[in-house]
Amino acid sequence: MTDLYQLTDLSKGYTRGREAITIFEQLTMSIQEGDFIAIMGPSGSGKTTLLNLLGGIDRPSSGSVDCQGVRIDKLSQGKLAKWRAANVGFIFQFYNLMPTLNAAQNVELPLLLTNLSGKARKERVATALDIVGLADRARHSPRQMSGGQQQRVAIARAIVADPKVLLCDEPTGDLDRKSADEILETLQLLNKDLGKTIIMVTHDPSAAKYARRELHLDKGRFVEAAELAQ
Amino acid sequence: MFDQIAAVTLINLRSIPQRALLSGATVFSIALVVMVLLGFLAMSSGFSKTMQGTGSADVAVMLRTGSQTELNSGLSVDQLRLIEEAPGIARDANDIPIVSGELFVIVDGIKRASQTEANLPLRGVGPAAQSLRQGFTIVEGRTYEAGTNELIVGEGIIREFAGFDLGQTIRLGSNEWVVVGIFSTGGTVFDSEIWTDLTVIQNLYQRGTSVQSIRARLTSPEAIEEVRAYAENDPRLNLDIQSEVDYFASQAGGTAMLITYLGVPLSIAMAIGALAGAWNTMYSSVDTRMREIATLRAIGFSGFAAAFGTMVESLALAGLGGLIGAAGVYLLFNGVSASTLGSSFTQVVFSFAVTPMSVVLGLGLALIVGFLGGIIPAIRAATVPLLAVHRS
Ligand SMILES: Nc1ncnc2c1ncn2[C@@H]1O[C@H](COP(=O)(O)OP(=O)(O)OP(=O)(O)O)[C@@H](O)[C@H]1O
Ligand SMILES: [Mg+2]
Repeated sequence: MTDLYQLTDLSKGYTRGREAITIFEQLTMSIQEGDFIAIMGPSGSGKTTLLNLLGGIDRPSSGSVDCQGVRIDKLSQGKLAKWRAANVGFIFQFYNLMPTLNAAQNVELPLLLTNLSGKARKERVATALDIVGLADRARHSPRQMSGGQQQRVAIARAIVADPKVLLCDEPTGDLDRKSADEILETLQLLNKDLGKTIIMVTHDPSAAKYARRELHLDKGRFVEAAELAQ
Repeated sequence: MFDQIAAVTLINLRSIPQRALLSGATVFSIALVVMVLLGFLAMSSGFSKTMQGTGSADVAVMLRTGSQTELNSGLSVDQLRLIEEAPGIARDANDIPIVSGELFVIVDGIKRASQTEANLPLRGVGPAAQSLRQGFTIVEGRTYEAGTNELIVGEGIIREFAGFDLGQTIRLGSNEWVVVGIFSTGGTVFDSEIWTDLTVIQNLYQRGTSVQSIRARLTSPEAIEEVRAYAENDPRLNLDIQSEVDYFASQAGGTAMLITYLGVPLSIAMAIGALAGAWNTMYSSVDTRMREIATLRAIGFSGFAAAFGTMVESLALAGLGGLIGAAGVYLLFNGVSASTLGSSFTQVVFSFAVTPMSVVLGLGLALIVGFLGGIIPAIRAATVPLLAVHRS
């Protein structure tokens, strides 16, 4: 497998008032295409920050984030937005759906940034909803759906523009066991059958079992990496 | 680009019900601003229309020098006779000069709507008075008989004041009168007057043979210069001579301007209040949807689209308020009769006129309020931090 991401000497810190806090210092790692990584670690260890850097919604203090030859830490705001639209799908703990749009309209959002015709968009939306098992809920509004269903709409939205990477921040953090397992099975399927590279932050050890490997982050360092045979 | 702007705009507009109370208050306050502005403009343009419709270019109005209004003026019967012989004064078929010496006194009337007293002009006029008012017609009854206690009453008075119906006996001051006719001058200021024979007023109000004003038909509008030259050369004639058009324009200007100068600052002050409301509403629109906006931006939507949607929402609320305000003023006031203090402290009856121009002005003001109220929130929407996607 080839490298999708190469992070080199990555540092990230924030200043809070006069206090400067360091989250990562000189972090170097690579992520291979087609991988499904579960990132675990205590609260405040920098899991979300790492996803932000990988997804191009935050920038490192120093070091580089290379994604298939593109230095995304160097891209301008506008170029970075275009890069995100083409390459990454985000899945959040609280789904982040537009409450006033129905499921299909929510899923269609990323396609509005492409040149696809209205008809082609409709087909793609139908396919994405089908993959997550919500073909019959296209016209439902988020309010009419359970948490698990809303998260599946969010997954459909994340994959509809066919990005390489899915970045999931505690995607099952707000769900019951059964819904969580359904979501995780869906993610596993997206990884295995569609070849999506998935980086998932989770607190839940049983969720991590669905991934190909687990990484444990503590105070900005990977303390032990367990390769899990799937 | 168009698709994403349309989508963000749709999301914005659909989110309005989430802030129904705040948005409703904004629409309402902008509607109120527009109603006040349009109300004043309708009043001012209705008043001007009435006053300007009153004047003829070939009628001269003469007052004692420096008196400005009829009430302050006083002229003798000798001066009246001299004017009758002046050059430039038109004569009728019987070679009688078309000149009317007039005298008016103020009487009390009771307003129909409020049952309160208000000043009304009772005008004593010469025989030529009716032919000196363009469009004068008796619409009901007949004209008064000279030397009797008979009155004719303008249409505006009938509309606004009680007790002047045809055939009725009415007490004005210490005298009893009989209403024998209703006249119209087609909506001019004279429709707010009561007329009778000049000599009767002179007798009842102990004015001897004096008058306050002289109206005269000119042979042509330009002939006013001949009359002026004639008056200046005769020391017995101490007169201000104006065409009737100029006379009413100067009388109307003051009140119309007062209405405008009261209405415009009031509307602007209210508009500033509405602006604060619109700003607050739009600020809250962005504030409560931070995570949504950040999510759209994370997906790849542009900051411009986010700003655009916010601005459209603001303009939509303001535009709606403007339309409601304009419709409200139109339905409530257009054509509604009102009366206000005219010249000489008497009531002038006029109709509110909501003009298309004033509606455009009102909507313009509403959109300006919407634009200014939306601009900072729009910029804020464009610059929402992407990390807000994680807020719960
Ligand atoms: N925008 C910011 N400004 C200042 N400090 C921040 C900011 N974002 C994160 N931090 C700090 O950086 C550290 C790492 O945060 P991060 O959100 O990446 O942790 P996390 O591992 O995702 O934690 P959790 O499991 O609670 O989600 C924390 O100490 C956090 O307080
Ligand atoms: Mg986190």
